[in-house]
Amino acid sequence: MSVVSDTQPAPRRRRARSLVKSLLGFLVVVIVTYLGLLAVTFFIGRVIPIDPVLAVVGDRAPANVVERTRQELGFNEPLTTQFVIYVQKALSGDFGRSVLTTNPVMTDIKRVFPATIELATLGTLIGAILGIPLGVLAAVRRGGWLDQIVRIIGLIGYSVPIFWLGLLALLIFYARLQWVGGPGRIDVVYEYTFTPITGFYLLDSIIQRDWSAFGNIISHLALPSLLLGYFSLAYISRMTRSFMLNELSQEYIVAARAKGLSERRIIWRHALRNAAVPLVTVIALSYAGLLEGSVLTETVFAWPGLGLYITNSLQNADMNAVLGGTIVIGSVFIAINLLSDLLYRLLDPRTRAR
Amino acid sequence: MSVMGNTTPPPLAEPQLSRREWLLSDRPTSRTQAKLGRAYVAWRRFAENRLALIGLIIILALVLVAISADLLAPYSPTIGNLATARLLPPSWEHWLGTDDQGRDILSRLIYGSRLTLYVVVLVAIIAAPIGLLIGTVSGYAGGWVDAVLMRITDIFLAFPKLVLALALVAALGPGIENAVIAIAVTSWPPYARIARAETMQVRNSDYISAVRLMGASPIRIVLRHIMPLCMSSLIVRVTLDMAGIILTAAGLGFLGLGAQPPLPEWGAMIASGRRFILDQWWVAAAPGVAILLVSLGFNLLGDGLRDALDPRSSGQ
Amino acid sequence: MSAPLLEVQNLAVRFPTRTGRVDAVRGVSFTLGRERLGIVGESGSGKSQTGRAILGLTAPSAQVTADRLRFDGQDLLTMGDAERRRLRGKRIAMVLQDPKYSLDPVMSIGRQIMETLRTHERVSRSEARERALAMLEAVQIRDPKRVFELYPHEVSGGMGQRAMIAMMLIAGPELLIADEPTSALDVTVQLEILAILDSLVRHKGMGLIFVSHDLRLVSSFCDRVLVMYAGRVVEEIAARDLSQAQHPYTRGLLNCMPEIGASRHPLPVLERQAEWAR
Repeated sequence: MSVVSDTQPAPRRRRARSLVKSLLGFLVVVIVTYLGLLAVTFFIGRVIPIDPVLAVVGDRAPANVVERTRQELGFNEPLTTQFVIYVQKALSGDFGRSVLTTNPVMTDIKRVFPATIELATLGTLIGAILGIPLGVLAAVRRGGWLDQIVRIIGLIGYSVPIFWLGLLALLIFYARLQWVGGPGRIDVVYEYTFTPITGFYLLDSIIQRDWSAFGNIISHLALPSLLLGYFSLAYISRMTRSFMLNELSQEYIVAARAKGLSERRIIWRHALRNAAVPLVTVIALSYAGLLEGSVLTETVFAWPGLGLYITNSLQNADMNAVLGGTIVIGSVFIAINLLSDLLYRLLDPRTRAR
Repeated sequence: MSVMGNTTPPPLAEPQLSRREWLLSDRPTSRTQAKLGRAYVAWRRFAENRLALIGLIIILALVLVAISADLLAPYSPTIGNLATARLLPPSWEHWLGTDDQGRDILSRLIYGSRLTLYVVVLVAIIAAPIGLLIGTVSGYAGGWVDAVLMRITDIFLAFPKLVLALALVAALGPGIENAVIAIAVTSWPPYARIARAETMQVRNSDYISAVRLMGASPIRIVLRHIMPLCMSSLIVRVTLDMAGIILTAAGLGFLGLGAQPPLPEWGAMIASGRRFILDQWWVAAAPGVAILLVSLGFNLLGDGLRDALDPRSSGQ
Repeated sequence: MSAPLLEVQNLAVRFPTRTGRVDAVRGVSFTLGRERLGIVGESGSGKSQTGRAILGLTAPSAQVTADRLRFDGQDLLTMGDAERRRLRGKRIAMVLQDPKYSLDPVMSIGRQIMETLRTHERVSRSEARERALAMLEAVQIRDPKRVFELYPHEVSGGMGQRAMIAMMLIAGPELLIADEPTSALDVTVQLEILAILDSLVRHKGMGLIFVSHDLRLVSSFCDRVLVMYAGRVVEEIAARDLSQAQHPYTRGLLNCMPEIGASRHPLPVLERQAEWAR
C-alpha cells in the first residue's frame, strides 16, 4: 500500500506510467506463451510421429512426393533449425497445405473461423446476459428457490456431455417439433442467393437486407447458440453467485447500509461492481471454453466452423490442418487471456496503481 | 513413523469414555487419535450433506458395477446377434434395447463403467502427482525455480485443453491409453497451482522452520511435511475435475479418438447411436444418461468433500 | 440535558445456529442524550452487536427484540425498512473499524462521500462535490482535491479513517456509532483520529456511542461507560468515577492496564467467574 504524501506525482500520471510498465510485462508473457504453444505443436507434429512427413502428406502419398516434401520442409535439418523455421513460418501465418482441401491451411481457417466466432460470441452473450443477473439474485436470496434453480442448472451444466445434449435437442426441436432449422448455418436453397461478405452470416444478411435469409440463419443459429448459452450460463451464474456471496460478506457492504443506501444500489452498484473484477476472467474463460468446445458442438450441428474443420482433418490424418487449427485456437486463447487481464486492470484500481 | 511414534492407539483410558467421545476429545493422547478424530468430524460434516451422500452412492455404485460387470451384465458387451436383435427398442429381454450390431445396450453400459473408471483413475494418478511435485517444489524453492516452473504451468494453463488433447491423440494414434495420456498432460497445471499456493502458505510457518532447524533436508521437508498438507485441497480439486475428465474422455470417444470399437466406451456409443437418432433414439440416449449420472456423482461428491474438508469456502 | 436521543430497553440479539441459539446480546438497557457513551467489553461481549442492532444492521439471520428501542421518539422496532433506511446515514451513522475493508475498493473516495449526501438530499453533482471537499477539509485532510480522486487502497489507514468519518458525517447525523474506530490504526494516528472525532462531535452537538475494547481510551474520551460481559451490561459508571468501579470484571480490566515504572510480574490475568455471565 502506498501512503499519500505531498511529494508524490499526481495519481493519474503514476497510473499511466505503471500501465506502460505492466503492458511491457504482458508483452513478454504473451511472447513466451506463444513460443510455448508453438513448441508444443512442433513437438506434437514433428517429434511424436515416427515419420513426420507421412503425418504431413498422409500415408497414401507416392514416394517421390514424400521425398520432395521432406526436402521442402527441411526435415533433413537438425531439430533446432527446424523449430526456428517452424516459428518463422507460423509467425507469417504459414501452416502448410491441407491434404484434404489442398488449400493453404491459413486460407481454409480464414474461411471457416467466422462461423465459430459467431456461434461462440452469441453463446457467451446469452450466458452472460442471463447468467450474471441469475447469479446475483441467487446470492442475494441464498437458499431460496432461485438459488436452488441456479444450483441445478450449474450441476447439470457441469455434468452433461455437450454433444449428447446437442443430439437430443436436434432430435426434439428439429426432427420432432420442427421449431428450428436443422444442421448447418443456412438452408441449401439459400446457397445460390445468399453471398457471404464477412463470413458472419447474421451480419451479412443484415448488410444485404436479405430478411428471408436472416430469418433462416436465425432458425439455424437458435439451437446451437442456446445450447452453448446454457453451458456458458451454468458456469457464469455459478461463479457470479460465489463472487457475490464473497462481496456481500465484506465490511464495505455494512458501511454502505450504514450510509442508508438502498439494497438495490448496494447489490448492483457496490457488490456487483466489485464482483465484476473477477467476473471478467470468468466470462473470458467461458468464451474460450466455447471456442474449444466447438470441436464437439460443430460436429453435432454440422456447423462449418473451425471445430468441424479440425475434426474432419483429424479423421483424415491431415496433421497440418489439425496443428494449424490448434495454433489458431491457442492464439485466440492467449489473446483472450491478455484482453481479460487488461480489462481486469482497468476495472480494479488496486492493480492499476501497482 | 516419527521419533516419538505413538502408533498404537492407547486402550480407552477411562472406561466410561464412549467411542464417540474418544474421537471428539479435544485432548487427544496420540497422533492416531487426533487423526481419527479429525476424520470423524469431517465425515460427520460430509454426511450431513444429503446431496454429497447421493454423489458418494453413485460413485460407489459405479465401482461396484465395474467390479461385478461379469455377474451383472445379461449379455456379451461385444458380440451381438445381427440377425435377430438389431436396433430393438427397450423390452423385457433388453432393458435398454440393442444397438446396430445387435448388442445389448445395458450390458455395454455395464462393461463401459470399467473404461470410465480406468480413464478417471489413470488420469488422476498421473496428473495429480505431477502437479503436486511441480507445485510444492516451485513453492518451496522459490526464486528462479519458481519463476520457470510457474511460467511453464501458465503456458499450459493458457492452452485450449481439449484441442491440445485432440492434436496429441491425433499424433499418438487413437486409443484409450493415448486418450489418458493426452488428458493427463493437459490437466496437471491447476494442481500445480493449488499445491504451490498451499506450500507458500506454510513455507515460512514456525513448525516448518523447526523441522528445518532439526536438520531435515529440503527433499524431506517437501515430501514429509509439505506434500501431506496439500493433499486435502488436491483431493477436492481432483474429485471436482473427475467430471471434466469423464466428459473429455467421452468427447474424444465421440470423435472416434478414444477407445476403439468394439470397446463399449460411452462416448463412442453415443457416436455410433447418432446415425439412428431419428428413429432409434435410445441407442444414443442411454450412454449419455450414464455419463451424466456419473459426472453428476463426481460433482456432488467433490462439492461435499470441499465443504467437509475446507469449510472456509463452503457454499461458494 | 435534552430529551433522550436514544432509548434502549431490554435489547436482545440472538443467532439461531445448527447447535442451538447463541445469545449475543441479553437484555441491554440504556438511554442516551447528546453525550458520549462508551461501551466496553472483550470480543464476543456483544458490544458491536448492540451498536449494529440500533442501526438495524445485524446479520439477516439475527433476531432482535427489545421492550423499547426508540430514536428521537420514533419506534425503531415497528418502523418499516424504507423509513429505517432513511434514518441511516442521515440521522444515525456508523464509523467502522478498518477503513481498508469498510470503504468500497473500486470507488473513489470522493464519490463514496458524495453518494451518502446524494442518497439523503437532492443536491446537484457540483454542489455535492463542493460539500464533500469541505467535509474532507473538516476531517483535516490537507489536500482534499487530490484525496477526493484517490481510491481507498491509495491512502494510509489514518487517511482512510478520516475519509470514512467524512462519508458518515456529511449528511449531518445526530447520533454516531463508532465501532472500534481506531483499533486498526497505528498508535500515533489513533490520537489524531480521536481528536478529529472529538471536535466534530462536540461542534455539531451529536450523540456518540463509542464501542471499544480499550477501557482507558473510552474513559478518557466518553462521559459515561457501559461495561459489557457475555451479552450483558455488568456495570454502568461515569467515566470520571471509573477508579471506583464495583464490578470485579471492570476491576479486572482496570488491573490489566500497564503502568510506566511499575514492575508487573507475574502479569495479572483476569480470573473469570461464572456468575458474571448470568
